[in-house]
This record gives sequence, structure tokens and C-alpha cells, in this order.
Amino acid sequence: MTPVQAIIAKELRGYFVSPIVYVVGAVFLLIFGFLSYLYVEFAGAQAIQLMQMQGGMAQINLNDLVFRNLFASMRFVLLIILPILTMRLFAEERKLRTFEFLMTSPIGAHEIVAGKFISALLIYLGLLGVTGLVPTILMLFSDFDWNPILTGYLGMALLGAFFLSVGLFASAITENQIVAAFVGFGTLLTFWLISGLGALLGDTPAGQIITYISFMSHYEHLVRGLIDTSDLVYFGSGLALMLFLTHRVVESTRWK
Amino acid sequence: MIDVQNITKRYGHHTAIDRVTFSVAKGEVLAFLGPNGAGKTTTMRILTCFMPATEGTARVAGFDCVEQSMEVKRRIGYLPETPPVYQELTVTEYLTFVGQLRGITGPALTSAMDQSIGRLELGSVRHRLIGNLSRGYRQRVGLAQALLHDPPVLILDEPTVGLDPKQIIEIRELIKSLAGSHSVILSTHILPEATAVCQRVVIISGGRIVAEDTPDQLSARLRQSEKISVTLKTPPADGEAQLRAIPGILNVFPGQSGGTYLIECALGHDLRDEIARFVVTKQWGLLELKTISMTLEDVFLRLTRHEEGLSHPTDSPEVATDPQPSVQEAAP
Repeated sequence: MTPVQAIIAKELRGYFVSPIVYVVGAVFLLIFGFLSYLYVEFAGAQAIQLMQMQGGMAQINLNDLVFRNLFASMRFVLLIILPILTMRLFAEERKLRTFEFLMTSPIGAHEIVAGKFISALLIYLGLLGVTGLVPTILMLFSDFDWNPILTGYLGMALLGAFFLSVGLFASAITENQIVAAFVGFGTLLTFWLISGLGALLGDTPAGQIITYISFMSHYEHLVRGLIDTSDLVYFGSGLALMLFLTHRVVESTRWK
Repeated sequence: MIDVQNITKRYGHHTAIDRVTFSVAKGEVLAFLGPNGAGKTTTMRILTCFMPATEGTARVAGFDCVEQSMEVKRRIGYLPETPPVYQELTVTEYLTFVGQLRGITGPALTSAMDQSIGRLELGSVRHRLIGNLSRGYRQRVGLAQALLHDPPVLILDEPTVGLDPKQIIEIRELIKSLAGSHSVILSTHILPEATAVCQRVVIISGGRIVAEDTPDQLSARLRQSEKISVTLKTPPADGEAQLRAIPGILNVFPGQSGGTYLIECALGHDLRDEIARFVVTKQWGLLELKTISMTLEDVFLRLTRHEEGLSHPTDSPEVATDPQPSVQEAAP
């Protein structure tokens, strides 16, 4: 087992021993299930209306009515939940003074950061996998196009990975888990809200830059079923930047 | 094995350690002695590559602590002030994790763990969660972690804190048994510990090294006169004055109890024989006669209180030999 694998295994164990993963998982899945139920109900109501107006069978597009709305709503849920998943990763090590032990072990800071990030990502992808039940069940009762759903899942995975990296960074800069969670929320909320500013500035260079920086439009494309390289580059570079910054923060304790 | 040259560490305007220089030979056990906040932990953190020194160089096993930190870390076993244990892991899981971080796997890891667990007598708790263990056990798990990879250099920050007296003796025996094959630096503010396990003592105060020698030599170097305590059954009223008349005696102080006197004579002159003869001749009833050596505690207090080092020792026999004045003050 390599050091990174050892850290992943230890962190996963930490997740399952503490109540965090159960609480976060339960809330995440409950909200996902509840939202799915609501959107399916709305879609059903609309179908009945359509049938009454047009008579006969009405074609309901589940992709538009259910999944696009569902994925769009999950942004906010992820924003709240994922910083809670990452808040303990470094803050707890600092608090319990095990950070010094990690830093004096013969492993690089990049290995510590990678191990911790991958463990959080695995938990998140696991939860995302469980939500796959919703489209699977709906498939039994209805016909829809799987491709936009898969890109939507890709979007959720990328967005979640980016959120986790922001949360990991927040956890690295403090020894207080609550502070880490709030710094995470605050940063992600800012990334969200600047999209409004971008819309306000419209088609000016500043507006375009701000719109690009916000994750909103990039996620929106994937939810709509569009795979654009620029969006993938956005998530990839955002993720890399946050992990790099986390690495610098972890390393910097050596230079204080 | 360990070579520290003029290291200084500043936090902003605060200087935590100031031009500290010392070295530890292979197989030597060195005690770092000093009051809280003297810079012991800072020095250890520099040696373990947790942080770099502002100035100066530190080398462990020939490797620079800044430039070749990975090589240094591989050769060090480190027990920080707080045992670095994960409460959600069992002792076995924790040691497995530590071994994996150090790249030990398979049968090598199993045997290293068995040895470490055996050395620290953790066998009975090996499958228990560390979070449920007592402070003493956690401390021992921390030590097991430092010893796991059998490192040539051990840096132990207050290794016996939180242990009961029996465990303290066991850990001291363990550290003594490591001498010879391992170089050990341990910090402590418990003075008998330094005397019990270390060949050499470095006394650090206010970020500076104020003394460095063997425990015996330190007390010998600081002593300016021989001190003898004599207890009499029927002391005369002017006992002090009469004793002072013996040739060679520099000073006489009343002792703690009625019949006890503390006698100071010039360095290298043991006047016990003369005093005994004098007292017997006078028929004062000699009950006890002994020399008083300066304990490391006295040396420590003297060095850290005056911070003047060995070059300017102050003449204060009360501090050096006799706790009596303060005891008298405390009595109602």
C-alpha cells in the first residue's frame, strides 16, 4: 500500500466512524429523492393537463421537466453539503496535533492533499451512485433520453469535485471545523453570486470574464446535455488551482 | 548523528531560540532541560523538519534538515508533545497506518508492529480504539509509533508526561536500553529524569543554551564550596560560633531543625573528620554528619533563574544547597 492509499483508507475509516458521512449522506439522498418526487409529480400534473387540452396521449419530456430541474436544484444542495464533508480533513488534524505527525512523516504534502481529496471524492461519488436509482426506477415507467442524464451526472461529479477542492482548501487554512465549513460556503456562494454580476454587465469583456469565472454557466451546459471542452477545462483548472493552493497552505506551515 | 549549528528561530519579533549549537553522537542520550517556553519544542520541530530555522543549519545523520528533509524524516522517530494518535483507530490500525506512511509493508510491518507493541506492553489493548484508552496508554502508543521503524535517531518531547510512576520507570528503562544503538534527544522539565537516563544535559532557557555537560559535572562545576550538614543531640546555645572556630570552615548556617547546622568549607577540603572529632570532644551528641551535593535541580534553578551561565555563578548558598529559608517562611 502506498502512502496515498494509506491516507485514503484512514480517511474513509474516519468518515464512517464519525457521524458526518451518515448525516450528510442521509440529508443528500433525502433531498435528492424528495426533489425527484416533486418534479415527477409536476411532470405528471402537466401531462394530465396536456391530455385534457389535446386529447389522447401527450408526449412528456422527462429530460426537460424532471432531470434538468433536478440537476439545477442540486447545485445549491451540493454547495451546502460538500463543505461539511471536507471541513474536518485538515482542521481536525491541526486541532488534534496529528498534523505535526503527518508533516514529519516521510511523505510529501502533495500526497497528503491527494489522499484526503480522493477520500472525500470517493464518498461523494458513492452518494452520487446511489442517486442513480432515481433514473433507473423512472426508466421502468417512462421513456427518456439517457445522454443528457449522463452529462448531468458528469456535471454533478465535476461540480462536486470542484466544491470539494474548495472545501479542502478552507479546511487547510484553519483548525476550526465550523470556520472551515463557513469559509467553504462563503467561497462557493461568491462563485455563484458573481454570475449575477456577470449577467448585469452583459456582453462586455468584464461581464464575460466574470461569467466564465462563475461555475453556473459551465454546469448549466452539462445539465442541458452539452459537453463543451471549455467547460471541462474550467472544472479541471478550477480543481487543479484549489488543490495547488491547498498544497501551498499545507506546505507553508513549514515556513511560518 | 545530530549536528546543530547556530540555529535561530524568530516568530515575527519574538525570538524563540537564539544561536543554539549542540551535537549528539551516535548512541548518545541527550536531555533537553528547560522551563516551559524555553525553546525545547521549537528546537525539536526544526530537527524533525516540521519547520525550518530562521538562521543556522541542522543536520541529522549527515542530511540537512531543510534541503534533504525526506532523508532526515526517514531516519527520525518523533514523539511530539501531544501524542499524535487518531482516536477513531485501534492501536493495531494506527500502527499499520504509521508503517504504511513509512513504506513498511507485509511481514516486515507485522514484525515491526509486534516488536513495538511488545516493547511498550500494548498487547492487552492492541485491538481497542485509541479514543477509549487512558492518557498513559495514548502516550505509549505515541512512543510505539516513534519506535516502529527502528530509527537511528529518536526525538522525544516529554516522553513520560501522563504516565504513572511505574510506567515512568519502565519508559526510562526503555530509553536507557535504546542508548548505544540509537541517538536520543528527549526534552523534559523533570530533573531526575535527565539524571536517570541521559549521558549529557543541555539546559536551555529563554531560547539560549545556558549549560551543557554531564549531570555530575554540571553540579560539580557550579559548586563553589563543600557543604556539610551536621545534626547534634544537645547543641550548645552558641553552637554556630563554636563550629566556626574550627580551622578551614568558611561559614555556618542554622539548619532546618534545632540541632542541625549547615557548614560551608573551601572547595576540595572535606572537613568531616575534623568536625566529628570536635563535636565528640565537646560531647554534643553527634547524630548525623553528611556532605550535601548540589542536585541537578539546584543547578537548573540557578541557571534558569539568573540566566548568567557558568561563567558568572552567583554566590547564594540558600539557592544552591538549602531550601530551609523558604520552608521557614512558609511555616505559620
